[in-house]
Amino acid sequence: MSQTLSRYRVSTRRSAELALLVGAWLIGVFAWILVDANTGDGSLGGWTSLISAGMLLLIAHGVVRWQAPYADPLLLPSVAALNMLGLAMIHRLDAADAQRAASNGSPQPTPDVYLQLTWMLVGLVAFMLVLSFVSDHRRLQRFTFTAGFAGIALLFLPLLPVIGNEVNGARLWISFLGFTFQPGELAKVALTIFFAGFLVTRRHSLALVHRKIFGLGVPRAKDVGPLLLVWLAALLVLILERDLGTSLLLFGLFIVMLYVATGRRSWVIIGGLLLTVGGALAYQAFGHVQIRFNVWLHPFDDPTGNGFQIVQSLYGLANGGIFGTGWGQGYPQLVPFSKTDFITSALGEELGLMGLIAILLLFAIVVERGARAAIATRDPFGNLLAIGLTTAIGIQTFIVVGGVTRLVPLTGLTTPFLSYGGSSLVANYIIIAILIRISNAARAPEITDAQLVMRQEAASQ
Amino acid sequence: MSELLLSILRIGFLIALWWFVLTVVSVLRRDLQAPRDAKPLTPARTSKRPSPRPTLRSRKTATKLVIVEGALTGTVIPLGSVPIIIGRAPDATVVLDDDFVSTHHARLTPNGNHWIVEDLGSTNGTWIDRTRVSAPTVLRPGTQLRIGRTSMELNT
Repeated sequence: MSQTLSRYRVSTRRSAELALLVGAWLIGVFAWILVDANTGDGSLGGWTSLISAGMLLLIAHGVVRWQAPYADPLLLPSVAALNMLGLAMIHRLDAADAQRAASNGSPQPTPDVYLQLTWMLVGLVAFMLVLSFVSDHRRLQRFTFTAGFAGIALLFLPLLPVIGNEVNGARLWISFLGFTFQPGELAKVALTIFFAGFLVTRRHSLALVHRKIFGLGVPRAKDVGPLLLVWLAALLVLILERDLGTSLLLFGLFIVMLYVATGRRSWVIIGGLLLTVGGALAYQAFGHVQIRFNVWLHPFDDPTGNGFQIVQSLYGLANGGIFGTGWGQGYPQLVPFSKTDFITSALGEELGLMGLIAILLLFAIVVERGARAAIATRDPFGNLLAIGLTTAIGIQTFIVVGGVTRLVPLTGLTTPFLSYGGSSLVANYIIIAILIRISNAARAPEITDAQLVMRQEAASQ
Repeated sequence: MSELLLSILRIGFLIALWWFVLTVVSVLRRDLQAPRDAKPLTPARTSKRPSPRPTLRSRKTATKLVIVEGALTGTVIPLGSVPIIIGRAPDATVVLDDDFVSTHHARLTPNGNHWIVEDLGSTNGTWIDRTRVSAPTVLRPGTQLRIGRTSMELNT
């Protein structure tokens, strides 16, 4: 198959990206205005925030134009819309906090939205830096094992005595110079790079079939090793940090990447069995897992105690109905952690089923574009990395939205781009930067032979 | 604000949000319809299969390599006077998308009237009929060269 491909004039679709980005910003502005109108807060601080957010997005778009001209035009606007909606909802919940403080006579809390805006700045700077410095995603393969060690280190960093921080029973945070950070979010990115680099070199031996049991090819015993290691790491996170969400995310991510790398269904079944065994063990051993599970099955047995959060979330969603109560018209502040874990239930209450479906569609679009970049890119490492990063966003969204709506047991994870929380926002912007880099490589026209010859001649002179 | 205005704005926001999502989807659709820069190669199926047993020792140099088994069955690769590489890498002359094929799997080199097969250190081996190629071997027309799940033979 000699590679004589017909070449088309490739449109870069950057203008579409710009137009959609402006649209995403306007959605955020619209939401913000409605929040201010309905909560009676017309402070000017809102406008400076909105304009700086818009400027940041424009600069990010400029960097994409400059560094990745052929990149996918939909990734950035979709996540920008999610981020803007998240900002508006955090602003709305700030207003509720201020009202509550005023009625209690307690001092006014500092609004969280400005800190989130600062994190958006950090996230977008990280996005631009990754896009500028990683000019070819294949370079990341060199850092396979560095990323692996860094990922493990980040994952277990909160266990260290001084900087480790325990909040609400889960040991996930580190405090550093007054900032708290959740290193597990960055570990997700590092470990995906590690999985991709590791699996791409070993996928052939992992695809070997040892023998068949019930018509299912079973891999060789010695190849199961890496899977068991990741399983143990996930269990350790669960045991030592009491973090159900991250351990589920990591293990699910690894199984998906293993399946994509080898194309063998047996890995998925073995992984599913390990997950069941791990889940059953955790259920037997830990009280908090039992509580989570029982609350999932019977939330109304203890509606004021353990079931309080999920019951409030369900009432909120019911209050929202199909078209929602409107910005600032519901009671999302009644759900504990409505700015972080339960922001989807807050959005579901005020925007209704229609709004929530639109938001989920935005996530689906991000996942679709990521998967498309994975299919279209030409190198196997890029394939795996793109599908891994996409899966990380997809699984995380599924786990948290499923938890809030009581489809799956509730596990503490942030909703990508929506939730309040800096580490999550920064990590997810880095993920989008890498996906944009890969999609740029996938969509760029191939260099013609003549150009290649000219380049070689230029290099040899 | 009046109740009516509130409801209008509430629905208006949802319409704006959906308008945004549908615009994104329409860009996505246009993108799917755009011509792809790399089209998958459709095997040019020959109506009649190459005769299974041509003359064993043909004096004439083979001019084409015909794939007789595997995903690309029916594909004919014209042979010239330069060596060709078979493998999974995009820069190979014959690209076989098969997990059992190594990146650069085997080389076919013309030598006088013959084509010589050389294994390039592949994982799963290059086979001529039932024997594994361990040293450069002459590939005769009519004998099957097997690489991964693909079989091919020389044809004049």
